[in-house]
Amino acid sequence: MLEIEIDGKKLTVPTGSTVMDAANSIGVHIPHFCYHKKLSIAANCRMCLVQVEKAPKPLPACATPVTDGMKVYTHSDMAVKAQKGVMEFLLINHPLDCPICDQGGECQLQDLAVGYGQSGSRYEEEKRVVANKNLGPLISTDMTRCIHCSRCVRFTEEIAGYQELGMPGRGEHTEVMSFIGKTVNSEISGNVIDLCPVGALTSKPFRYSARTWELSRRKSVGAHDGLGANLVVQVKNNQVMRVLPLENEAINECWLSDRERFSYEALNSAARLTQPMVKDGGEWKVVGWQEALELVATKLKGITANHGADSVAAIASPNSTLEELYLLRKSLAGLDIRNLEARTRLGDVRFETKAAGWLGQSIVDLAASESLLLIGSTLRKEQPLLAQRLRQSVKKGLKLALINPHDDELLTKIAGKLVVRPDQLVEGVLAVLKAAAEVTGKTVPADIDLAGVEVSTEARALAELIVAGEKKSLVLGNIALQHERAAELHAAAAALADIAGATLGLLRDGANSVGADIVGFATNKDLIAANKKAYVLLHSELADLKSGAKAAFEGAEFVVAMTSFADEARDYADVLLPVSPFSETSGTFVNMEGKPQSFNGVVRPLGETRPAWKVLRVLGNILGLNGFDYDSSEAVRADVLNGDIAKVLDNAPAKAVAVKAQAAAGLVRLAEVPLYETDALVRRAPSLQATVDAESAAQLRANAATLASLGLVAGGNARVQQGGAAVTLAVAEDAGLLDAVVRVPSGRATLVLGSGAIEVAKA
Amino acid sequence: MTVYVKGVVFEGVDFDDPKHWGIEAYMARGGYAALKKILSTGMTQDEIIAEMKTSGLRGRGGAGFPTGLKWSFMPRSFPGQKYLVCNTDEGEPGTFKDLDIIVDNPHALIEGMIIGGFAMGITVGYNYIHGEVFEAYERFEAALEEARAAGFLGDNILGTNFCFQLHGHHGYGAYICGEETALLESLEGKKGQPRFKPPFPASFGLYGKPTTINNTETFASVPFIIREGGQKFLELGKPNNGGTKLFSVSGHVNRPGNYEIPLGTPFSELLEMCGGMRDGKKLKAVIPGGSSAPVLPADIMMQCTMDYDSISKAGSMLGSGAVIVMDETTCMVKALERLSYFYFEESCGQCTPCREGTGWLYRVVHRIEQGLGRPEDLDLLLSVGGNIAGRTICALGDAAVMPVQGMLKHFRSEFEHHIEHKQCLVPGF
Repeated sequence: MLEIEIDGKKLTVPTGSTVMDAANSIGVHIPHFCYHKKLSIAANCRMCLVQVEKAPKPLPACATPVTDGMKVYTHSDMAVKAQKGVMEFLLINHPLDCPICDQGGECQLQDLAVGYGQSGSRYEEEKRVVANKNLGPLISTDMTRCIHCSRCVRFTEEIAGYQELGMPGRGEHTEVMSFIGKTVNSEISGNVIDLCPVGALTSKPFRYSARTWELSRRKSVGAHDGLGANLVVQVKNNQVMRVLPLENEAINECWLSDRERFSYEALNSAARLTQPMVKDGGEWKVVGWQEALELVATKLKGITANHGADSVAAIASPNSTLEELYLLRKSLAGLDIRNLEARTRLGDVRFETKAAGWLGQSIVDLAASESLLLIGSTLRKEQPLLAQRLRQSVKKGLKLALINPHDDELLTKIAGKLVVRPDQLVEGVLAVLKAAAEVTGKTVPADIDLAGVEVSTEARALAELIVAGEKKSLVLGNIALQHERAAELHAAAAALADIAGATLGLLRDGANSVGADIVGFATNKDLIAANKKAYVLLHSELADLKSGAKAAFEGAEFVVAMTSFADEARDYADVLLPVSPFSETSGTFVNMEGKPQSFNGVVRPLGETRPAWKVLRVLGNILGLNGFDYDSSEAVRADVLNGDIAKVLDNAPAKAVAVKAQAAAGLVRLAEVPLYETDALVRRAPSLQATVDAESAAQLRANAATLASLGLVAGGNARVQQGGAAVTLAVAEDAGLLDAVVRVPSGRATLVLGSGAIEVAKA
Repeated sequence: MTVYVKGVVFEGVDFDDPKHWGIEAYMARGGYAALKKILSTGMTQDEIIAEMKTSGLRGRGGAGFPTGLKWSFMPRSFPGQKYLVCNTDEGEPGTFKDLDIIVDNPHALIEGMIIGGFAMGITVGYNYIHGEVFEAYERFEAALEEARAAGFLGDNILGTNFCFQLHGHHGYGAYICGEETALLESLEGKKGQPRFKPPFPASFGLYGKPTTINNTETFASVPFIIREGGQKFLELGKPNNGGTKLFSVSGHVNRPGNYEIPLGTPFSELLEMCGGMRDGKKLKAVIPGGSSAPVLPADIMMQCTMDYDSISKAGSMLGSGAVIVMDETTCMVKALERLSYFYFEESCGQCTPCREGTGWLYRVVHRIEQGLGRPEDLDLLLSVGGNIAGRTICALGDAAVMPVQGMLKHFRSEFEHHIEHKQCLVPGF
């Protein structure tokens, strides 16, 4: 510990602290632009110059290490003169166009200019003008405003993992830009908008739509992945105008993924459903809520009476709130309907955890692992901010290892990896399991058959890595959970975690996947393939479900879609109930680490839209059920989460599953869910759909040898046939895939494809 | 054109011999004897550094930091890789001495670096050569090949277990890369921008490893010091200003060129060596140490001796030893405009005061030169300069301000005349 005195206040700080750290710890504000607590120290803006006793010159607080007995003056004449001098320099070439700048009102330069600037300028020459850059559909540029703090450049390199922005040019000619002809394509690129202290980088979708002082700031929780990022939703005239991060060091730190930041666009989409509608003789008719819900009650009662309660199934998006799911379960239980599923993309009906499946530990604990083996995941796309956090952990010593059916760049150092065919993921885990058993001398459960499993050098290295050390984690990603042998992967991973003494975790895809498990939205049946007589859909649509859903719905007697959108469900539903997206309802999401986070609606429901928990509460009344007298979502929550949540979380396999290595065969498809295909809102956010990531969702990718053997060329087209349907996709090369693997993502572009053998030909 | 007078770097070099730069000629005049002496007599690292301290050799790149002291900062017991770097990124306007060293006596530099590597326990060295000098770079590479072939470079030098690899690196012509940490960044393949210090290169240098960086002339002086002894070197100059130094004399003299003379030689003698003022004109002013050194008027300069202390006392600095001589026909406003433009163009742009301030200084001086100056401009220049100096990451900000301050200190009336009369005081401009 070191002693330091700042502006006469004495304090002690840990060795290695900077003057800025010390000042921050006692709430002394030192003006700054380039300094950011999450980024490396650049010391280039010079705004934080302070006077240090015995130093002949003012020193930058951000880069000056504290020495014992140091005396610092942040507001002395020397310090303020230096700060004012820097401010004058920053302003001479900065356009004073605040009235038309989107940053106006939330601009650090504007704010600090009030304290350190002058009312007039001594600089009378021409000001610098810098050409704007095209950084893609998310980030708007006004580069003339740039003050060269380099925060954005450091962010792309240090946080996002790949330097997509740089500062070529010298002196006054220095400009921030992307690589020539390239845009900024990181899945967390939008954070540079928050980092930019001036209006050089602003939000393209938000541009010119509101001034910051017109906006209300309302807290909410991320609704697009399992992280549970904390949000500030900004609202004007009952409309969500933009989404910003709310700092929560334990979850999203100060960042947001682009998916979380920009999918709000869909909330204001013209495709929103605003009134209840019923299909009457093939024609859609607007009706009142009472009429619509009475029809639903009558239909469900009739079908259960005629065909039994098992003929009805409810399928909910894992982004539904805990309260919605609970009241859906409760109302259907009144009709004895038990077919409930929210794991809409689960690949294997045998997959079952003892209790709700979760990360197995907190996000912070996971990131503090010594070693982590990730199985079957496109982590940067599945959970962008978790990938970011692990990237920082790797810098501090985490050994990150992978078993994956692809070799996607995680933009961090990888301690070991095993790349397998998609249909050999189980075999990959078995190889590591066998090696781990050999290394430790432990035995594996009897239902795991390791006969014929070959241990490669890579598998042995992974086994050695995961059995060594103290704090180890083993995580199954979305590719693993969506795998058709997910239950075997689960069993093998659980056995490996057991042998290695590692914590087993599941990366849940939805904002409330864990909550849905807690409520009981999990069955051992394929509810789509079972062709039920009636389906109740909550926030889920075809692109969330497995192939065959459309046929099942069209073949059903009755489908009620509780949705926010009118465009898709018209084709197969009989009743459309406009229910609130997360922004228009109160509710709770339980994130991947089992943390319940409740939120309020940030805007009034659009038109006749109502929060689904209220709709289901009324449906319960109409069905004449008891216990539906809730007057708040908090009361519903209290019924679900009424004890220690840790007791309802358990990743252990519920029952034994026979695991046995199978041979690889033929051409195989890797069918992960792309970054911007994950839910109904994301799919309707135009800016996200204009990104490079969205483009790749409609591509077939394979390595050069596979492309050649299929007669395909990168840049050409391919006809893909699977399960009796075919689509034509653009072709691109992916050198990270093994031979005879085609990467055909699961999204709207490939919705018609079925499962089973795949055929690919030049188109 | 090199004019050898009396000094250690070019001692015995026969410029008329086309192979005067080669290893044979170098060895014939005592080259590599110092290295052999170290390796055969078992001279220790401490002894070498002590000898360097005795010599009083101060860094010849411009800052004048004592070389022996710098070498002693190197953590000799550091377990990982360490680097030795030579700074031949000679970009200071007026300076052209290092160029001549690698063209005419490259082996003196190579031998000096090998000795430095031995003294500090370093096995890898780089010579960062200025981007605009192509033939010089090729000459240095040729000399490296000779040294490797002769067994002075590489593994197990002269049969000992001492290994030292030396590589040439051709820069891209940015003045800022002469700043040692910017040089390191550039050498690493990054944009040449100075690093914030601390940490200093001795603890966090090239690729984050302990690194010592010296100027070409500094290294080239090392063989003499080891061969002849530090005391002898010291005695060539004067106390605290040991040895001889190369002065690159340019401007209005009859014989511009490099002059290697003992430190402490009166300026008037140096001027005589250069054949005096061109066309018999009157001396007006001298920039004694490269473009960033404040200008000194003739009367002060004629009282100075050419060494660190004397020039410093006169209010300027010896710097890299670039002596820019200006006669009575020189317009000081025009001269400052040119200097200010240089710093404006060469500022790396990393930190605010330099990026924004150098352009501002240039524009105001330019305005005055164009006859558009205002009476308040001179105070504005000093004020803006004051906001740059001492506020930047590296010394380029200071370097840009010093010429302004020097000019306004000694020639303010000339600037005032420009502003008042919208034309030059000096006939012909």
